This record gives sequence, C-alpha cells and structure tokens, in this order.
Amino acid sequence: MSKEEIYERLNTVFRDVFDDDEIEVNENTTSDDIEDWDSLEHINLVAAVEQEFGIKFTMAQVMGMKNVGEMVDIILGA
Amino acid sequence: MIDYPFDNEEILRNSKKIKKKLLCDGTTRIHKKIAVLGGSTTHDIIRITELFLLDQGIEPEFYESEYSQYWQDVMFDNPELVSFAPDIVFIHTSNRNILEYPMISDSEEEVSEKKDRTLKHFYDMWDKIEKTYHCPIIQNNFELPGFRLLGNMDASDIHGRVRYIRELNIKFAEYAAGHENFYINDIDYMSSCFGLDKWSDSAFWHMYKYCMCFSAIPEFAYNLSNIIKSIFGKNKKALVLDLDNTLWGGIVGDDGAENIEIGQETALGQTFLEFQNYLKLQKDIGVLLNIDSKNDMENALAGLNRPDGALNPDDFMIIKANWDPKSINLSMIAKELNIGEDSLVFVDDNPVERDIVKQQVPSAAVPEVTTPEQYLRIIDRAGYFETTKLSEDDKKRNEMYKANIQRAEEQKSFADYNDFLKSLNMTAQIRAFAPMYYARIAQLTNKSNQFNLTTKRYTQSDIEKLADDENYITLYGKLTDKYGDNGVVSVVAAKADGDKIHIDLWLMSCRVLKRDMEYAMMNELVTVAKKRGIEQITGYYYKTAKNSMVKDFYALHGFTKVGENGEDSVWTLNINDYVFKEHAIAVNTDESDE
Repeated sequence: MSKEEIYERLNTVFRDVFDDDEIEVNENTTSDDIEDWDSLEHINLVAAVEQEFGIKFTMAQVMGMKNVGEMVDIILGA
Repeated sequence: MIDYPFDNEEILRNSKKIKKKLLCDGTTRIHKKIAVLGGSTTHDIIRITELFLLDQGIEPEFYESEYSQYWQDVMFDNPELVSFAPDIVFIHTSNRNILEYPMISDSEEEVSEKKDRTLKHFYDMWDKIEKTYHCPIIQNNFELPGFRLLGNMDASDIHGRVRYIRELNIKFAEYAAGHENFYINDIDYMSSCFGLDKWSDSAFWHMYKYCMCFSAIPEFAYNLSNIIKSIFGKNKKALVLDLDNTLWGGIVGDDGAENIEIGQETALGQTFLEFQNYLKLQKDIGVLLNIDSKNDMENALAGLNRPDGALNPDDFMIIKANWDPKSINLSMIAKELNIGEDSLVFVDDNPVERDIVKQQVPSAAVPEVTTPEQYLRIIDRAGYFETTKLSEDDKKRNEMYKANIQRAEEQKSFADYNDFLKSLNMTAQIRAFAPMYYARIAQLTNKSNQFNLTTKRYTQSDIEKLADDENYITLYGKLTDKYGDNGVVSVVAAKADGDKIHIDLWLMSCRVLKRDMEYAMMNELVTVAKKRGIEQITGYYYKTAKNSMVKDFYALHGFTKVGENGEDSVWTLNINDYVFKEHAIAVNTDESDE
C-alpha cells in the first residue's frame, strides 16, 4: 500500500467521522486543524481508522501519535 | 440502515450522517428525556443510543452526568438533574464500579458484609431515584470479571470474583422483580454473546475510561434502546411468516406435505422444528402469529398440519395463502387485526419478497434472516417484542384477537347493527384507576394512537400519581362479551378546577371500536362528575398523524366547540344539558356500587 493510497483512504475515514466532505489531511494535520476533533471524537476516529485498515493500534501507539503523519507511519509498518 | 443485524463499525463511523437521515425521514416521534448516569465514559453510548431511539419513534433528549458521578448526582440532588426532570434514568455501571471485592484472607462474614455494602450503595440510590423522580429506572447488571484468580474455583469459592459478581447479579434481579418500574439492562448476557475478552478491552478502560470496547457500543446501545422503546409502548405486535423454507424446508406445493423437511428426521428438519417451537413460545407472551405465503390454502394447511411440526393452523390469527403480492396480504393482515403496519415483523427467506415488502410497506420490520439456522437468533436478538411488563392481557392477547375475528364474522349475519350489539351480551366495569390495572392503563396510554384525543403518554408511576390525586377523576373501562374478556380497553382522566373538569386523557383501544363503549364511558364520567358537583366539562382534541377518527368525538357527545388552534380544538359541555346515551352494555352489574 502506497502512502498516497493510505492518505486517500484516511480522507474518507475523516470525512465520515466528522461528517465534512471538505477535509483533506496531510502528514502535519493535528487535532488543532479540525474543529470537531476533540478527545472524545478521537476515540471514534482511532476506532474507524483501525477498522478501515484492519489493524489494531497498541495503547502506546495511540497515546504517542502526534499528527496524521505518525499515524500513517504506523499503518505502513503494520 | 440500522436495522438489526447491523454493522457495528459502520454505525460508529457514520453516526452523524445516519442521524441526519433519520431526522428528515418524516416520522413523528414522541419526545422523552433520558438521564444517563455513568460510572464510566458515556459519550459514545449516548451518541449511538440516540440513533436507535430515533429509528424506533422516540426523540430523546439526554442528560449526561459528569464522569463517574452517577451516585453523587442522585444522592445529592444535582440541581441540573432535578430541573431536567427525566422520563427515564439509566444507570450505566459495570464491574469497574464494584466498590469492594472479597480478599482471600476474608472470612465468610466479611465477604457477606462487603456484598451487602456494595448492594446498599445501589439500593439507596435506586430508592432515592424512585422517590425523587417517579420514573422508570434502567440499571446495568455486571459483566463477569476480566481475570480469575482462583481459576475455575473462582466460580464456586466465596472469595472468587466470578461467584461474587453472579451473586450481585441475582440480587439485582430480585430487586427488579420486586419493583414495578425497575429494569435490568443485562450486560452479563450481552457481554457473553459478544465475547467477554473482546468486550472488556482494558486498553479502552485505561485510555478512555470506557468499561467496554468501542465496537460493542452499537449492540449495547441497541439492547438499551429496546428496553426504552418497550417501556414507551413501541414494541412490535405481530409476526407475519412465510411458509416454504421459512417454517419448513422445501416447497409444499411441489414436494407434497409428506416430503417437506420438518421434525426429527434430518438436521434441517430439526432446525425448522426448533424455530417453530420458538415461535410457539412467542405466542405465549402475546405475539400474534400470521401466515403470508404464496401457496394454495390447501397445501399451506397440509404443511402446517404435519404432526411432527410444532405449529398448527390454530396457532395463527390470520393465514393468507394465495398468489397475491405479499405486501398486499401484509396490509390486509394489519387491517384485519386492527393494528398498524408498523407493528408487523415480516419473516421470509426470499430476499426478493423481503425487498418488495420493504418498499411497499416501509414501516414494517423486515429482518435479513439469512439461513435457517440463523432465523431464531436473529429474530430473538432483534428485540422486536422486548418484554418489560408481562400483563395478563399479553398472555391472553391471541385469544382476544381471535374472538374479535369471530365477532366480525357474526356481524355479517345480522341485518341490524344494534341487534348484533345486543347479541354480544356485553358487560363493562367502569371505575376509578385501581392498582391491579396500573400496568395495563400505562401501556394503553403509550400504545393507543387512533382513538386518542390528547395522545398524552404516561408511565406507570404517572398513573399511580393520577390515581392518588384527589383533584382527578379517573376511569378505566373493562369490557366483556360472550366471546370473552377484552380486558381494560378505555381510559379517561379529568382534572378538576373548581366546579369544572378538564379531560386530559381520553382513549380507547381500537379492538372495541363501534361497540358503544365510549358512550358508556361518557355516561359514567358525567355521573361521577355530577356527584362531585361539577357544572361544566371541557374536552380537548389534539390532532396527530393518526387520530383523525376522533376529531368530531366531542361533537358526537353533545359538546360545543369553544376554541380552535389550527386543527386542535377545545369543547365544553354544561353538565345539566347532557343527554344520557342508550347503549347495549350493562355497566357495573357484577358488583355493588360503593
């Protein structure tokens, strides 16, 4: 799976979860960039990403992610 | 979209879109205030429960306690909760909220004291809720623990958490059995169906303080919403079943009744037999069974008469075996039973038939039943007939509806309708609300839509309060005829204000339409009101999507229209102008008047 492909699929996940078809994420995107991305929505987002890619983040990975780029790196390594 | 069986992940991910769609689908919904008092995070539980309630005709408004403040909110009267005035309180606790567990060094007495203290923590809270809010309480029981210190002996030794939790759950169940308005949300069962290891995901607890894993939330929320919709009278009432490959294997018209698969001979035959046995049990709790099958009647009956099947033709209210579209049969069944199409569950193995019914009768439930070995589980878990009260009427419902169908037959043979009514030998008991009927009265206020002037919904505790309030005149009407007892079929409540009364509630079950019961009720209301020195009665008609049949109700009873607001209207009657109506019902003859 290429990085581009991962970003494309991540975009659909973000758009579903935040119900906003305008969202475009990149490696520097953080919760500050998306209005509804608070700690509660974060749980929903992580669960939807896991489901989309058929993976399960460890607790350390979830707690350690700083931005979407790091999330993509974990998905690539899975 | 979110019909059972649904896709958990899909619902979690697309909840916002689903909610938007539900909100603009044109359904009229009842508004209910639900207080969610959590011992762990509840945010997503509320988010998903809302979807299922919207889908079941309830528009919820939520109060959410601060994290883990369930007990404090109740015990110290959080003013926000008090002013919210909930219609339902849901306590979302889990084994993470158990205050004390046995230690290995504990004596038997110490273990028992810990259990008592844990229970008291809950008992005190439940009693307080009942006293303060007079509303139904839904309480989770406990899921089994995530580890077994003693291995298998954890289930038998008094120090074992497995045994401890099971004992707490039994105590919770005993409390529920002894309290009318208290319901257990059985997460012990839910978690074992889901798989305890998956359910109790400790990462979710440590990161987010969720007592269960995220993907279990839709199943959990659905189960919870089933209890809520049942309390508010939104259960389904009838199953409409296909025959070939739904109740037995094979096609009776092609294969012959002797060759269909039902009974002990084959694995498939046993599967269908088990399903038939399950349906027969549904009948015992008051679910109305019907057939809608593309078959000649003769073949349909031959299949149902197979002695090794569990169901026979007598178990069904209505059997439609013909070559008409199933959707038309389905609508006819609703009409003949006098229930809404939204009270039906259509079960058919054929996806094409299911699709047609879904399109033509969109309000009926049409589960995707997949393969025969799955039918039972899917229908059971869907909770269409979730039981929160098991009234005597529920157990007798099949007989009552059958008697109705017989009456309709007999009516055809009378030229004069009044002669027909007289031939029914009707007797009625019309009296003030009595405790033995509170459950049924509350049920009627939530179920009746058509013959209902104000469509006000009441919980059982509301009904108790009305009954105890001296300012209210309350009446229930119970109708019996030669075919049997119809049970409580009409309910009236009127609030006194000086020498006037206002009719807040007037409803009648459609199973006794055109029997003059409403005249008997009005005569009785006027009689009781006169005794209290009442001069004037005011009645209200509030228009809904379903109650246009009673828009002229008060005019028929001699009231004068005094106000109008859109399609709503207000009517008054000077009590001395009332003309007592003749009718064919003998009222309160079975016992002496007080």
